[in-house]
Amino acid sequence: MIELTETNSAAIATEFVRARTRAGSPAMGMVMTLVIVVPEDGAEDAMAVARGASHEHPARVLGVILGDARGAGVVNAQVGIGSGWAGETGLIRLKGEVVKHAESVVLPLLLPDSPVAIWWPSDPPDDPAADPLGALAQRRITDAAGATRGKGRAIQKQCSFYIKGNTDLAWTRITPWRALLAAALDQHHLKVISASVTAERISPSADLLAAWLGGRLRVDVERKSSRGPGITQVVMETKEGPISISRTDGRLATYASPGHPDRPIALKRRDTAELLSEELRRLDEDDIYATTARRLARQLASA
Amino acid sequence: MSYTNPLRDPQDRRLPQIAGPCGLVLFGVTGDLSRKKVMPAIYDLANRGLLPPGFSLVGFARRDWADQDFAQIVHDSVKAYARTEFREEVWHQLAEGFRFVPGNFDDDDAFRHLHRTIEELDQVRGTDGNHAFYLAIPPGFFGDVVGQLKEHGLADPGPGSWRRVVVEKPFGHDLESARELNTVLADVFPSGSIFRIDHYLGKETVQNILAMRFANAMFEPIWNANYVDHVQITMAEDVGIGGRDGYYDGIGAPRDVIQNHLLQLMSLVAMEEPTSFDAESLRIEKQKVLSSVVLPRRLDLSTARGQYAAGWAGGEKVIGFLEEEGIKQSSTTETFAAVTLNIASRRWAGVPFYLRTGKRLGRRVTEVAVVFKRAPHQPFSATSTEELTQNALVIRVQPDEGMTVRFGSKVPGTAMEIRDVNMDFAYGGSFTESSPEAYERLILDMLLGDPPLFPQHEEVELSWKILDPILDHWAAKGKPEAYGSGTWGPQSADAMLSRDGRVWRRP
Repeated sequence: MIELTETNSAAIATEFVRARTRAGSPAMGMVMTLVIVVPEDGAEDAMAVARGASHEHPARVLGVILGDARGAGVVNAQVGIGSGWAGETGLIRLKGEVVKHAESVVLPLLLPDSPVAIWWPSDPPDDPAADPLGALAQRRITDAAGATRGKGRAIQKQCSFYIKGNTDLAWTRITPWRALLAAALDQHHLKVISASVTAERISPSADLLAAWLGGRLRVDVERKSSRGPGITQVVMETKEGPISISRTDGRLATYASPGHPDRPIALKRRDTAELLSEELRRLDEDDIYATTARRLARQLASA
Repeated sequence: MSYTNPLRDPQDRRLPQIAGPCGLVLFGVTGDLSRKKVMPAIYDLANRGLLPPGFSLVGFARRDWADQDFAQIVHDSVKAYARTEFREEVWHQLAEGFRFVPGNFDDDDAFRHLHRTIEELDQVRGTDGNHAFYLAIPPGFFGDVVGQLKEHGLADPGPGSWRRVVVEKPFGHDLESARELNTVLADVFPSGSIFRIDHYLGKETVQNILAMRFANAMFEPIWNANYVDHVQITMAEDVGIGGRDGYYDGIGAPRDVIQNHLLQLMSLVAMEEPTSFDAESLRIEKQKVLSSVVLPRRLDLSTARGQYAAGWAGGEKVIGFLEEEGIKQSSTTETFAAVTLNIASRRWAGVPFYLRTGKRLGRRVTEVAVVFKRAPHQPFSATSTEELTQNALVIRVQPDEGMTVRFGSKVPGTAMEIRDVNMDFAYGGSFTESSPEAYERLILDMLLGDPPLFPQHEEVELSWKILDPILDHWAAKGKPEAYGSGTWGPQSADAMLSRDGRVWRRP
């Protein structure tokens, strides 16, 4: 890691090239730029997660720490290329006036042509697409479950400000559940008459899962509370009996369906690096999320 | 009555396709193939959440084992060879479905036992009568096993369920034996239920050949005889036959590698655009290529064969093929083979395809090199282009998967001097470093009943039709030429290309 103090984007860009040349190859196999907007105390973890995710998607990872906006602008940076993976990292600390113009620092550092993703590990702007940094990206990743303020309403905000390119890790978290539920109906060609989702009281993922099921199955989905962790049970009632997936320990679930014996199935809660990897795998619009988010926003607004 | 799953949507590409309820019966539990490839792949699939709840694995072998002993074997192999990390909950999900049936292939009791086991699994694990039989055994036993499966009613699926059989190469040792083998299988299973595994076709880079050719605009226009001078397809191994003596003697490099891997690679490189990416359309195009292959008139001038001799390979002193355990001094088995093939089509007329494979060569590498013609006119002086050779596009299949484009560039300085440079795309650099193993992909496709990546018997027979005349020609020629271990093959291989005014690329 090279420390650059009171620097600017050009110097940071030069340092990236220099670091590559020093490592022996100026060739770049990177497929995207990933911008992370993070407070100082979460920066180290977030960068580690991004490095984990960028094993699958080699990226230029730019951590942006927005400091106090008062006073004269200062840009400090740590620049390095990873040993053992194809990406690059830059951790950029902004202080003073420049905090309000963070996009001017990031723009020159975006890789040519390749897509840009941005991730807010904790508190995202209310409308990510309207944020100056968010506007640089095709993919804006928020995490309603990581919100430190107004936890209960975080997902509602994200859903109501949904626009093409936005996504939330609360949605990513339920992919394995959705896959199992869809597989269940691949096997049982049954009409679902009602459904329920049981989870911790505050669980953006459970809310999204219920909204998705309700929208796809056109039934009312009851949202029940349990002590967690995360989502603990999903039941789809059919004429022949319930199809249910229950998971009490956050790891191993039991799958029960009409006419079949109960079977264990691994359904582990995934770590953030895995979620981020999944999110970066496709950068086009997620229509299913769009529909689900709009539906959830409507439901919450009318509740 | 058609049913649309309301939870599925073609737009919803996050959702993986999970195999329906099913089980796998593995014959030949103790072999390398089972332990190093099949079992780890099953675990990895489960770990990625792609196997159905209740998936069951039945082992069948001539051992006096109980279910737990079999589970232990799987456990050890998963620990040693699985690609993804070992997780207790995944293991727990799988472990309840392990069963073991001891017995010989001619033992009626054992197959009755197998029948009961499968019925029991349908009851307690909900496998719904869907079972695949994986024959990880020498082809000599295929007949016995499928015969038994038929006799004991194991090959007949009940209504609404399926039975499939999976076999590995070699698919025969010549056209006749390939046909016999197919008759044996086709006698019991319909052709749509026979899955022949050519693990090369499950490799990401091989599938990427199709993506590269047909999803891009910049390669296809030059992918023809107007621009391509010739194509070299190489599969080299740095190891000897170590341990496979019984199998290898009498088979040799052409039957082991060219008939399946190299001809499949060639057909993907040479084929016309399929109407879609489904099994049927791909097969039609591959068959067209294979059936338009023409052998050169003089096989003595256009082929080469060799046998590795003792020597030094990569800093180690190694013995020659004839000194390997179990190999007769008089063995004429080829450990190196190179052939020239022409494809009689408008696209490829006049473009030779050189295929070579061998053991104990310089290094382990598989690649397809498309070598282009020289620019028809050089505005530069002869001296400035002295170091410029032909442009090439190299698809590296393994290791170090990726693509290299080789072209000329000006050397910095005041004089105009042009030299070859490489532009590299490393698959591992731009995508996941742990792409799924070929076997994961193939086993999942088989359980889903999705066959695009499996060669059909027509392709197998066409491949033998290409190879048989060469094999006959060689059989009449006695001993293959010896080549030093650790080199790039015998003199005759170099001579074969230099007759055409070309050289082998050093891979």
